[in-house]
Amino acid sequence: MSEHIVSSFDTDLDTLRSKIAEMGGIAEKMLGDATLALVRRDAALAQTIIAADARLDALQRDIEERAILTIARRQPMAVDLREVVSAIRVAGDLERIGDLAKNTAKRVVAISGELQPPKIVGGVQHMSDLVQAQLKDVLDAYAQRDDQRAMDVWQRDERIDALYTSIFRELLTYMMEDPRNITFCTHLLFLAKNIERIGDHTTNVAETIHYLVTGVALSVERPKGDKSSFTTTEAVDK
Amino acid sequence: MTTMPQIDLAGAGVQPATAVAKPKVVARDVNVHYGEKHALHNVSIDIPEQAVTAFIGPSGCGKSTFLRCINRMNDTIASCRVTGRIELDGEDIYDRSLDVVQLRARVGMVFQKPNPFPKSIYENVAYGPRIHGLAQSKAELDEIVERSLKRASLFEEVKDRLDAPGTGLSGGQQQRLCIARAIAVSPEVILMDEPCSALDPIATARIEELIDELRENYTIVIVTHSMQQAARVSQRTAFFHLGKLVEQGPTEHIFTTPEDKRTQDYITGRFG
Repeated sequence: MSEHIVSSFDTDLDTLRSKIAEMGGIAEKMLGDATLALVRRDAALAQTIIAADARLDALQRDIEERAILTIARRQPMAVDLREVVSAIRVAGDLERIGDLAKNTAKRVVAISGELQPPKIVGGVQHMSDLVQAQLKDVLDAYAQRDDQRAMDVWQRDERIDALYTSIFRELLTYMMEDPRNITFCTHLLFLAKNIERIGDHTTNVAETIHYLVTGVALSVERPKGDKSSFTTTEAVDK
Repeated sequence: MTTMPQIDLAGAGVQPATAVAKPKVVARDVNVHYGEKHALHNVSIDIPEQAVTAFIGPSGCGKSTFLRCINRMNDTIASCRVTGRIELDGEDIYDRSLDVVQLRARVGMVFQKPNPFPKSIYENVAYGPRIHGLAQSKAELDEIVERSLKRASLFEEVKDRLDAPGTGLSGGQQQRLCIARAIAVSPEVILMDEPCSALDPIATARIEELIDELRENYTIVIVTHSMQQAARVSQRTAFFHLGKLVEQGPTEHIFTTPEDKRTQDYITGRFG
């Protein structure tokens, strides 16, 4: 896209983009570290994630203020308006991703003293790896204004949902086997849910990219694979 | 877009995709030359009734030239030659048998700079109805003047000084007086050529409010340099560039997702 006649308008938009990129980097690191802290049962690492969230929140507020100021000052039209509105939306999603990563880290701290069967953690780690790849892809798609890549992310979330359903069932099984697993498994269940929700936020970002690039909101329903809402202990027994 | 009634136009076989439901003015392949200069190239557009259509584009793009074709104001320029076809309610306005004075009564115009006659407020509004013989008595004329001033949202401000000169009003009031003058002859179409460019923001807001009200009864075409104004007041927008009609469509579409790169560059301030 060629430059504006008023070059400070370009500067405003560039600043929004680079702040989003910074938020994306922090969110990625928080999710990666939270997973590492879980696998290593590293409470100290988990604490650094909790601390990092403040920066993400501050960035989101900053982006929102700048976006509002840009609207007031420049009255952006067409692609510029979508750019500013998209920045607000993506910043909101990244802030939520940070919150979910922080909550994940808090739960890692909570269960750090509990006994745990390492096998279940493996399932959550695998899901987190997929979500991290999704987050990375969607941030790249945002930086490059790549609708195709964003739509790939959007399509792929179904796999994460399916994985979450299987973790849900697995955790129910462990809890039924031995009530002493319940505390640990419940925390792990929320932790897995957090990561699954992060996956959903990456699809929100993908939808925003689609709107930003094409000017049209996605009207079709995203394919969903999360069946955990319908899962009962009877189903797990079978 | 929903199915549109076919307009029977000789030489215009296929209905353009941008056709509107109830076109008041239909232009096909309009070309304008000023001497050697080809100012307007093959402009075809449907202007819907009871709606505001905005013409936008950089200076010299032909938007005012085209606006002035709609009531044959260009006839007054000796070197100007207009070809193509413009219809008002299906009637060719460039037909030789057509009375241009009658046409301009049906298609009124408001200019960039408020230009009241150097007469009283009353006379400014009464002049048109009088020469067109629209009033049989003084009482009837009084009624037309009052109604026109009310429609132009000016009556309350001037009712106690109708004999005062129109030129003594503020810029915004003068412009509303000119609108009242245009309305007084009961036109069907009102053309506005940058009606707010000489006005402050409050006077501009009042004119925009007025345009919104007038839309119920009139077909309005406005040329404006303010894109925000076009976005605010119009239902349809047409973008002109270098004498060509580049893109036209519903205003919300033009300002959010324009299809042509030139439109996008212009409305987002990227024109080099």
